[in-house]
Amino acid sequence: MIANYGYKDGSGDYFIAIDTDRCNGCGDCVTACPYGVMGVGPDENDPLSDDEVAFVTEAERKKIKYTCAPCKPMADRPPLPCIAACPLDAIEHSW
Amino acid sequence: MADKVELWRWTESRWTNPDMDWKGKLITSGIDVGSVSSQAVILADGELYAYSNMRTGSNSPDSAMNAINWAMEDTGLKLDDITYTVGTGYGRVNVPFAQKPITEIACHARGANAIYGNTVRTVLDMGGQDCKAIHCDERGKVTNFLMNDKCAAGTGRGMEVFADLLGVSINEVGDLSLNVEEEPDPVSSTCVVYAKTEATGLLREGWPTNKVLAAYCSAMAHRIITLLERIGVEEDFAITGGIAKNVGVVQRLEKEVGIKILRTEYDTQLAGALGGALFAKVLHEKGK
Repeated sequence: MIANYGYKDGSGDYFIAIDTDRCNGCGDCVTACPYGVMGVGPDENDPLSDDEVAFVTEAERKKIKYTCAPCKPMADRPPLPCIAACPLDAIEHSW
Repeated sequence: MADKVELWRWTESRWTNPDMDWKGKLITSGIDVGSVSSQAVILADGELYAYSNMRTGSNSPDSAMNAINWAMEDTGLKLDDITYTVGTGYGRVNVPFAQKPITEIACHARGANAIYGNTVRTVLDMGGQDCKAIHCDERGKVTNFLMNDKCAAGTGRGMEVFADLLGVSINEVGDLSLNVEEEPDPVSSTCVVYAKTEATGLLREGWPTNKVLAAYCSAMAHRIITLLERIGVEEDFAITGGIAKNVGVVQRLEKEVGIKILRTEYDTQLAGALGGALFAKVLHEKGK
């Protein structure tokens, strides 16, 4: 499953997409994110599965544009910590 | 003074299958407590036995109780007869008698699969307060999803605001909006508040009601298309939630996407609760 967490507002699209078929729930993104955006647990959109997967925490889903901003400077943007930490390339940002 | 008519008020309903006896069968239920409406669906051995669809009050646990009580009315069922209940929707953790909460994304995909058949690959849930685009497989399992709940444009609540402003019953908005000679330009599509301001201006210019409604239904269709573009549309394409009953939006969406939207005899607002009740059956059988 591609789980798109985030929102679209008047200023643009802000989505973090997690490929739950790739994700193995290792939690490396959770420790890598400096702002507590990522979490790992049962897949709430697949109630019949027992596997744990990464997700964007409930509290952050409606404000990732701002929470993620420090990791996204306008120039000389380094790799995002969450994406760099993921060994399975399961995370994408839309902006 | 005459009683004020609340034009946004859509019709609440309940139904029981007259040909079915629930006794001796496995009873499961799904309760969808949304921001605007609450539904209860009761299944007997996995088949639709009864449902109710009503407005959500200010208190989620009460709304859940009211919905299930209305669905059980005159059936002889008691809450204790229901083996497993799944709660879904915004108030899913506030369903006091539910064994498990499940997201409305999972439940709507499962419910649409049951209502429209297993060929459905794209489900657009247009609810009271948010809009979700979901891809699912032939079992109704979610394969891709996207949700927008930071904006009221493209929601049922936005439509209620317009019905109220224009003095038109919410049930007639769709038909009236199609009754125009020429399709007007859509109003502002990013904000209900500004769209309403714009509509007031159009009325002042002398636009007839149906033309303003056409401009709003068209704006809503545009708004949803920008959301759908992110995940794409695969056939078959179905809509759930209250806006699916508004032909003005559905037909304009169909025209813009260029893909036929499936129609159903079911109440489209039931999809979430129905999906929940189907999950309840599986979860009970799995002993979860």
